[in-house]
Amino acid sequence: MLWEIDIHSADHPSGGARQADRAGERVAAAARELGLADNLRVTTARGFLVQGQSLDKSSIVRLANELLVDAVVERAVIGTVGNASLTDCGLRHPEGTRDCGLADGSSNPKSEIRNPKSSVPTVTVLLKPGVMDPVAQSALMAAADLAIHPEAIATLRKYWIDGADDAQIETIGRKLLANDAIEQVFFGPLELQRLEVGHPYKFELRTIALRDLNDDALMRLSREGQLYLQLAEMQTIQRHFRELGREPSDAELETIAQTWSEHCSHKTLAGRIAYRDEHGERHFENMLKETIFAATREIRERLGSDDWCVSVFEDNAGVVRFDNEFNLAFKVETHNHPSALEPYGGANTGVGGVIRDVMGTGLGAKPIASTDVFCFAPPDLGLKRAGASPPPIGAEDGPARSDSAETLPAGVIHPRRVMRGVVEGVRDYGNRMGIPTVNGAVYFDVRYLGNPLVYCGNVGLLPRDKSYKRAEPGDLIVTVGGRTGRDGIHGATFSSAELTSHSEHLSGGAVQIGNAIEEKKVLDVLLAARDRGLFHAVTDCGAGGFSSAVGEMGEKIGVEVHLDRAPLKYEGLSYTEIWIAEAQERMVLAVPEDRWPELDALCQSENVEATVIGRFVPTGRLQLFYNGERVADLAMQFLHKGRPPVVRQAVYERLRIAAPRGYPGLRIDPPNPQSEIRNPKSPDHTATLLRILASLNVASKEWIVRQYDHEVQGGSVVKPFVGAANDGPSDAAVLRPVLGSRRGVVIACGMNPHYGDFDPYHMAASAIDEAVRNCVAVGADPQRIAILDNFCWGDCERPETLGSLVRAAIACHDVAIALGTPFISGKDSLNNEFSYTDSTGQRQTIAIPSSLLISAMGQVEDVSRCVTMDLKQPGNLLYLVGETRDELGGSHFNLVNDLQGGQVPTVNPERACRTFAAVHRAINSGLVRACHDLSEGGLTVAAAEMAFAGGFGARIEIDAMPASTAIDSPSVRLFSESNTRFLCEVLSERADEFERVFSGVPSARIGEVVADERLVIAAGGTKLIDAGIAELKHVWQGSLGW
Amino acid sequence: MLRAPGTNCDEETAHAFALAGGVPERWHVNRMLDEPKRLNEFQVLCIPGGFSYGDDLGAGRILGNQIQHHLANALESFRESGNLILGICNGFQVLLKTNLLAPADERGPTATLTLNDSGRFEARWVRVGVEPGKCVFLSGIQEMELPVAHAEGKFVVRDEAVLQQMAAAGQLVLKYRAIADCGTQRVPGIADLSKQSEIRNPKSEIESSVPYPENPNGAMGDVAGICDATGRVLGLMPHPERIVDPTQHPRWTREPRRDAGDGLRVFQNAVRYFL
Repeated sequence: MLWEIDIHSADHPSGGARQADRAGERVAAAARELGLADNLRVTTARGFLVQGQSLDKSSIVRLANELLVDAVVERAVIGTVGNASLTDCGLRHPEGTRDCGLADGSSNPKSEIRNPKSSVPTVTVLLKPGVMDPVAQSALMAAADLAIHPEAIATLRKYWIDGADDAQIETIGRKLLANDAIEQVFFGPLELQRLEVGHPYKFELRTIALRDLNDDALMRLSREGQLYLQLAEMQTIQRHFRELGREPSDAELETIAQTWSEHCSHKTLAGRIAYRDEHGERHFENMLKETIFAATREIRERLGSDDWCVSVFEDNAGVVRFDNEFNLAFKVETHNHPSALEPYGGANTGVGGVIRDVMGTGLGAKPIASTDVFCFAPPDLGLKRAGASPPPIGAEDGPARSDSAETLPAGVIHPRRVMRGVVEGVRDYGNRMGIPTVNGAVYFDVRYLGNPLVYCGNVGLLPRDKSYKRAEPGDLIVTVGGRTGRDGIHGATFSSAELTSHSEHLSGGAVQIGNAIEEKKVLDVLLAARDRGLFHAVTDCGAGGFSSAVGEMGEKIGVEVHLDRAPLKYEGLSYTEIWIAEAQERMVLAVPEDRWPELDALCQSENVEATVIGRFVPTGRLQLFYNGERVADLAMQFLHKGRPPVVRQAVYERLRIAAPRGYPGLRIDPPNPQSEIRNPKSPDHTATLLRILASLNVASKEWIVRQYDHEVQGGSVVKPFVGAANDGPSDAAVLRPVLGSRRGVVIACGMNPHYGDFDPYHMAASAIDEAVRNCVAVGADPQRIAILDNFCWGDCERPETLGSLVRAAIACHDVAIALGTPFISGKDSLNNEFSYTDSTGQRQTIAIPSSLLISAMGQVEDVSRCVTMDLKQPGNLLYLVGETRDELGGSHFNLVNDLQGGQVPTVNPERACRTFAAVHRAINSGLVRACHDLSEGGLTVAAAEMAFAGGFGARIEIDAMPASTAIDSPSVRLFSESNTRFLCEVLSERADEFERVFSGVPSARIGEVVADERLVIAAGGTKLIDAGIAELKHVWQGSLGW
Repeated sequence: MLRAPGTNCDEETAHAFALAGGVPERWHVNRMLDEPKRLNEFQVLCIPGGFSYGDDLGAGRILGNQIQHHLANALESFRESGNLILGICNGFQVLLKTNLLAPADERGPTATLTLNDSGRFEARWVRVGVEPGKCVFLSGIQEMELPVAHAEGKFVVRDEAVLQQMAAAGQLVLKYRAIADCGTQRVPGIADLSKQSEIRNPKSEIESSVPYPENPNGAMGDVAGICDATGRVLGLMPHPERIVDPTQHPRWTREPRRDAGDGLRVFQNAVRYFL
């Protein structure tokens, strides 16, 4: 019997309580926004399919009443699948009905469904078979408490759509309501006999004949088998098996492909590179080692016995000293390609994955904070312009603009939907795990269309004596947590390939859905087991699944794994699928045999599944078995050291950015740094300020941030939003990870893809400066800031793309050493490009802007010394710290005024070092009441944000500001984005002290806080900016105030 | 602290009780199910915040069901013996699914916590007015500023009579309060401009009179928390354990220094009750 339970919101005496209608309204609004249909009336229900031989009506009704339906606000309609009553009851139900309407066709005693419009078409959305369905899993488990035992449960969403024709409904169903990568859509009554629960697997050893293939055939195998290996690599594999005198099994080939994938091995950046720029040629044996790692090594040597780095570029996350008891771990990952295909699931599992990285660091760190940085195309791309909102920046008007999302290339999910999905995915994982999401940023550029970026970071707290791990020969290989299913097959190799408009079909299996509670359960037992010393080593199952996790842990020993012993979600997985599937929420432990019983009992006591699947054996080989039959036998040496070196060419030249055109609705203007800035005629500086505040990169992200729990765990000190009304933008987050201590950790980031269009060197330098100054602005000690790099670039097989990356890495090296901020971890994601066929039939490729994210983790000795950016009190003085230069290249001033060219902001590292030290001294001495860093929009935006956050006005004279040379243009003084600058509020009676701290560092008193709620900035007595702070705030909050 | 899969505020809530002088222990619900009698070793039972069992079948539903099916008698006699029960956020949602706070009657459940009017999870600070009545946890408190962080926090009763009965019994102990009632000045933001300029004039008690976002979820009667008829069981949506230290306050860098956070008194009241 297959039953369906539809759950509708009930009418309520208070009115306005119908949540489902609101969900329906959201669908109708989205359909209108995307130009799919106007004036829809949409009703929604959530529901369950329940399958069971012995399930009678009464147990289904009990299941609904006691478990699934909230009788105060909902009611259910129940029937066997296909029963007409289930489709009929769409448009509203009689008032006050709260009982379950029984509609199994045989008896319908109360006939409560009084639907006059049975003809309203329905759309039902189900997850595809095999896709993770946590709610259904929970329902199965909880049903057992009621002594009801269904065979299977699935969830569904149902929509009644009135006001659209069949074709429109089909489009709405496929474009708006469901994602083909994970869901299936049914139009009209459900015709489903039973739920798919998998088929038994019949073992058969598969080998791949490659010893006799020619080069073309090898490459076809690489591509069609989704191995994504290069010819030299395929040839090496071929040679290896020729020497062995046999063909590889599919599992062996997959294992090699995973291990050698860009995602897992970072072979491009850690490889040989011949680099050429205006200074000549330079040859790298290992580019990362000679730039970023080298900087860290030099800093550590300089620190000597004061070295506070613990484990860098070794473990799953970088580890540094925190206090006498604890270390801190920090890792930032990207999950770009999965998020492009399925924004919710991609971002969701991106968060879950980086949390597992931290859980798998040392002997297991406790995650204490998350960070999230996103890059999207403008959310209003190709949409009708909303009436009153300020002009969005980055998606300029143009003749090519069209009214419908249909004008976007095929295979692209609309950026608005991507943004919503990504935010919800991050929200639902982080909040459920109980990890505060404390810092992040969002950048918009049309080139992220089709290839959005989703960076997920996590910070963990790790006891100092649990910071290292080592599996021992003889240890059991134990998998803990979720079961293995077919989800995420080929995620590691897929993420190393370029996205195309066909990716959504080709790589649907690469999409994963997370189950945060499973991971939370694993975390609970993992930390308990760590503290009881029940295992020798731990790592996470991420990209590559068991293949990567077990392969890495056993690299120096050897492993023997029995794949048939891994618990599965459903039948039917082959041994290779079990080995490489990227099912979420799994950790692998190395457990000494005598501790296994205790670990097993601990896991059972908290309903966590733990299973022995093999053993670390001193063979130096990777050996896999299925039901006793050997299915793989590889030398660890070949697997981990056998990859052929490839020398890549890298060239840096002044800007050559491809500008794909020819598609309606898409206009990409390549920046042109060579040209001079045309000064706008009769500039209206106040209007410019308002437009920058409204621009997408600067505008308030409160809509996003409020959806994240940023205070769970109870350590919040400086929140993402601060000020009189808790809505001013904080520079960095501060938290106390140890509740009994006053010591704090500071988290911030820096990024500016626009600068990279000018010079990636200055982009990287600026990003580091920004991340560090954000930390310093709240009170972090600049001598204790660790940084992380995340490179997201285009196709690095192109020498000029790789060249721009190498140039950025060289800047990372130079600036990190000068500032004394070691890199402790990093990750790269290459091939971030999207290809499509344009309306004239030509193939087009959009490469993302070079996007380097720098994340920073600082420390403060006593959190009560921290400061926030909101103005505190009229009468206090305002000091501008740092030197202003004529640096409007890549600035928001240029962006909102549609200007090109100029000098991109640079960093003077030696002076930056002194400036950061002085700011820290001033804050630490209690001289600073408020401090804000100057970034996008320069002085004016910083002053405006400080003013409206504090609820006070400010009066500023810019003549006195420290400048490199004479700057004639007021625009430069107001809006230049020169690095290493802060605006500080200082008590007037402590001004002398403050000035003494800054002797030798550029700084000047430029104004004061006033009670009058206006921001006035003047030069030589002439007002340049004059605006009410309420207006400034309103504009800043408007653009993304969804 | 009774924790379940997905409970995630247990450590900081334990810390809050410890600061107040209590001796907290964190127990997994499986252990409690195995040894329900050992509940008698304790004086306060707290169900902390989080997403028990993922809230997969509605907030607090699965843990509430487990308690209702297997621990109802144990909790009932725990309360009868003069002990205290506190449910914070998800714990409040769980308690509402049991019969401890707002028992079901012959017509079924009387109250629930459902999806916020905004339709999404939101974390923000609110002011709650306190009418402690006989509620042990709230004794002597008039107002608190506390954070909320939830998607399903909208208090909804079956009908107006339920709310009137609760009001008459002194159970509506915590209500969201409008900023205007608190005499605070600030620069209006988007949320202020989009809502009605004046406080709504409710037609009946069941409507909320405090606008969004001060009433963050649209709760009927602006209810943020309720106690049972004995005053010894309290459920509330805001998180008092997140404001036990002065630096947890959102404006600690701009307002006069506090000695402790507003929320600490809730835990101190619980501990002092037994001294």
